[in-house]
Amino acid sequence: MTNVKMKVNGKEVSREVPDETLLSEFLREQLRLTGTHIGCDTSQCGACAVHVNGKVVKACTALAVSLDGADVTTIEGLANGELHPMQVAFNDNHGLQCGFCTPGMIMAGVDMVNRYKAEGRDLTSDAIRHELEGNICRCTGYHNIVKSIEDAAAKM
Amino acid sequence: MSSGIGKSVKRKEDKRFTTGKGRYTDDHRMDNQAYAAFVRSSHAHATVKGIDATAAKGMPGVIDVLDGHQLTGDGIGNIICGWAITSKDGSPMNMGAWSALATEKVRYVGDAVAVVIAETQAQARIAAEAVEVDYEELPVVAHVLDAMKDGAPQIHDNAPGNQIYDWELGDEAATDAGLADAAHVTTLDITNNRLSPNPMEPRSAIATYDDAEEHYTLYTTSQNPHVARLVLSAFYNVAPEHKLRVIAPDVGGGFGAKIYIYPEEITCLWASMKTNRSVKWTSDRSEAFLTDAHGRDHVTHAKMGFDADGKITGFKIDTIANLGAYMSLFSSSVPTYLYAPLMSGQYDIQNIHCNVRTYYTNTVPVDAYRGAGRPEATYLVERMIETAAREMGMDPAELRRRNFVQSFPHQTPVLMQYDAGDFPKILEMAQEAADVAGFEARRKEAASRGKLRGLGYSTFIEACGLAPSKAAGSLGAGVGLWESAEVRVNPVGSIEILTGSHSHGQGHETTFAQIVAERFDIPVENVQIVHGDTDKVQFGMGTYGSRSGPVGMSAVVKAMDKVEAKVRKIAAHTLEASEDDIEIKGGNVSVKGTDKSMAWHEVGLAAYVAHNLPDGMEPGLKETAFFDPVNFSFPSGAFICEVEVDPDTGETKIIKFTSADDFGTIINPMIVEGQVHGGVAQGIGQAMLEQVVYDDDGQLLTGSYMDYTMPRAADMPFFDVQHHETPSPNNPLGVKGCGEAGAIGAPPAVINAITDAIGTNDLAMPATPQAVWRALRSASKPIAAE
Repeated sequence: MTNVKMKVNGKEVSREVPDETLLSEFLREQLRLTGTHIGCDTSQCGACAVHVNGKVVKACTALAVSLDGADVTTIEGLANGELHPMQVAFNDNHGLQCGFCTPGMIMAGVDMVNRYKAEGRDLTSDAIRHELEGNICRCTGYHNIVKSIEDAAAKM
Repeated sequence: MSSGIGKSVKRKEDKRFTTGKGRYTDDHRMDNQAYAAFVRSSHAHATVKGIDATAAKGMPGVIDVLDGHQLTGDGIGNIICGWAITSKDGSPMNMGAWSALATEKVRYVGDAVAVVIAETQAQARIAAEAVEVDYEELPVVAHVLDAMKDGAPQIHDNAPGNQIYDWELGDEAATDAGLADAAHVTTLDITNNRLSPNPMEPRSAIATYDDAEEHYTLYTTSQNPHVARLVLSAFYNVAPEHKLRVIAPDVGGGFGAKIYIYPEEITCLWASMKTNRSVKWTSDRSEAFLTDAHGRDHVTHAKMGFDADGKITGFKIDTIANLGAYMSLFSSSVPTYLYAPLMSGQYDIQNIHCNVRTYYTNTVPVDAYRGAGRPEATYLVERMIETAAREMGMDPAELRRRNFVQSFPHQTPVLMQYDAGDFPKILEMAQEAADVAGFEARRKEAASRGKLRGLGYSTFIEACGLAPSKAAGSLGAGVGLWESAEVRVNPVGSIEILTGSHSHGQGHETTFAQIVAERFDIPVENVQIVHGDTDKVQFGMGTYGSRSGPVGMSAVVKAMDKVEAKVRKIAAHTLEASEDDIEIKGGNVSVKGTDKSMAWHEVGLAAYVAHNLPDGMEPGLKETAFFDPVNFSFPSGAFICEVEVDPDTGETKIIKFTSADDFGTIINPMIVEGQVHGGVAQGIGQAMLEQVVYDDDGQLLTGSYMDYTMPRAADMPFFDVQHHETPSPNNPLGVKGCGEAGAIGAPPAVINAITDAIGTNDLAMPATPQAVWRALRSASKPIAAE
């Protein structure tokens, strides 16, 4: 057992957890932040994507104890009063159906827009499709997810 | 009204999903919750000689270890198949026994023999590894063509030769005569590859037993919670129906995989009683590959005859279907009544005969997956006609046109009476949108870059909204196929719709609200949809087979008819007018041509305060209805796929995918298009990427996302979706259903396009780069000769 302290969605949290605890388990079971979803056991699907120190990370691939002192944002912490433009864009463009992959898609989408903007690169639909390599959706055929991210990129 | 029928209203449910506030089964946590982990067979076929749980029971956190002998000893019944099929010799199907926890034998890798209940999930999983099972291995048969061989290992004692049934539909003699008279006969051997549905949310169940009330609550990832409750109580004996509440909360995709009752739900309910704890089980993805019902898995030999004008003279089909190790809830219906009746496609074919033999194998049970039988039928029909066109040197679109059904209703020789459609018009729409006229120029341009372009069609029809109950019952169905709804107008005028349909991504909370908003001319925000809880909704048959529109919405309409009748009576009484002069419009209930009017909410209030109702009228404004459709609805469409193949690598890129479809009346075009996108993606997945693979020992080789290729964003094009509406006369809204069309229609369009590009028809799904490359090499004599 190790004591882990981190900032999650702007709040300091501290928990005593088994060393093998994944960040996804830490968020879901310790903090009851169930917006981070678990869709596979091989880090392939991306439903658990969150931001760690401002970069997208699959929460099922990181051990909580390795993130002592980290600043973590989950889907619950993305909206700051009003919905984030990425959340609005997913609603506007019908970028979700069952909603299970959606938190991971949104967190991945925000990260890719931020990176491309920081690097001054154009986030084309081809680039979005390439960037979504690590996120699986079974409902939408990706058509409207790509459109949602394109739309949000124009507004972020 | 901006939120009524035909408007792309943004989804009401999205806010909770985009903010992480969706509540799927695994997100719920009960007081006193323990966790289940299943002890699963690592052998595909073995006798269970003994189970030693001594070590596991002593491990940290372990509450109990339970096995199949205890389960059956407590009177828990075997898992059933809900559709009885009769073989053509009159004998009933051979259904082998399936216990939720195996006792004497295991029959597939993943078959559960015991369950560990522990304080944490990790403790349960670790202890499950420590349960020692003494297996004596038996010979394995993993592939259906091996299962039917003489001397094949026997999987169930009561299924000689592993055959479950040998069934037929249609007139064999007439079909043989039609083929004998044909000017041209096309013969095709075709495989429909085995798939795993893979909803992104893994299956999960939480069972809670209240010993004071002797009452059970089950949270579960179900597409049909009432059916689950009925089957769990009436057949498995885990709890009486009135002492069992089943809740299917937010469900992260179904695609058929969550229709059935699985061993885990039965076991968790029973274990909650045994341990007096809430018992939670959540599948991981590897477990999902091992235990979620798979789809498809057919091998077919077929012949289609044509006269000199290209008119189809006969269609003869011989199909062998793999149903896995046990018969799942609907498995028997998929290769029979959901398959053979679609063999007429969009074509006027007088003579059809379809023979289907099904077999057990040592693999996970096979059941309905998105489309269920209709994709298998469509793949065959549309590959057949495209192949025939090439063999006869005809334009494949022209051959289709010559055979299209032209008038409706149309009776096929295989049970179906098509309701409405306009097949030539829809094909024309697709051809225009796909710019078929410009294809040859694009093919030449691609050739100049060393690439192979191909164009493939699929003009498909499907049957949605299984119906009517009486007919289904006469064909062996174990359930009725109606839907129920309750419309509650509250005293403040807001409306709750309680529906037996279940939404797991289809957007019912929006579309069901739209039909109510349209009817009573109130804002969509004032309508709330309630579903997925057997304690709230009176009854329901759930969501599968695109039934929520044609059947579920129709039940809502029927209940609204009753509500409207009462609203008219109350308003007529209050406003001292004739009921016939009452109109409901703009948020008011008014007398036509006068200024006499009540606000909508005043009618609701009047019904509940009951101070001034017509004599004898019951207070309240809430009505229920059951709707049993008179027939299926028949969505149809034309898909055109254009691909480019790199002959050096076999890599295939979809350049453009066009769909023109007819779903009857469209409630919400945005949502309908989303359903098409998703369905087409699953169809492209089947055509190009996905396949469940077992080795000869019955070991699953595709047991994770590392080795089962799920379609990703870069594998998909943007889809061009067109609509043409011919309303169905079989339900009050004229809707037909749209959820499965993409998965049904896309595979043949893709394979027809790739085979067109590479110039050989010898290509099976999935058309991976290697498969395409091999097909190209085998088709090219100079290369093959090297």
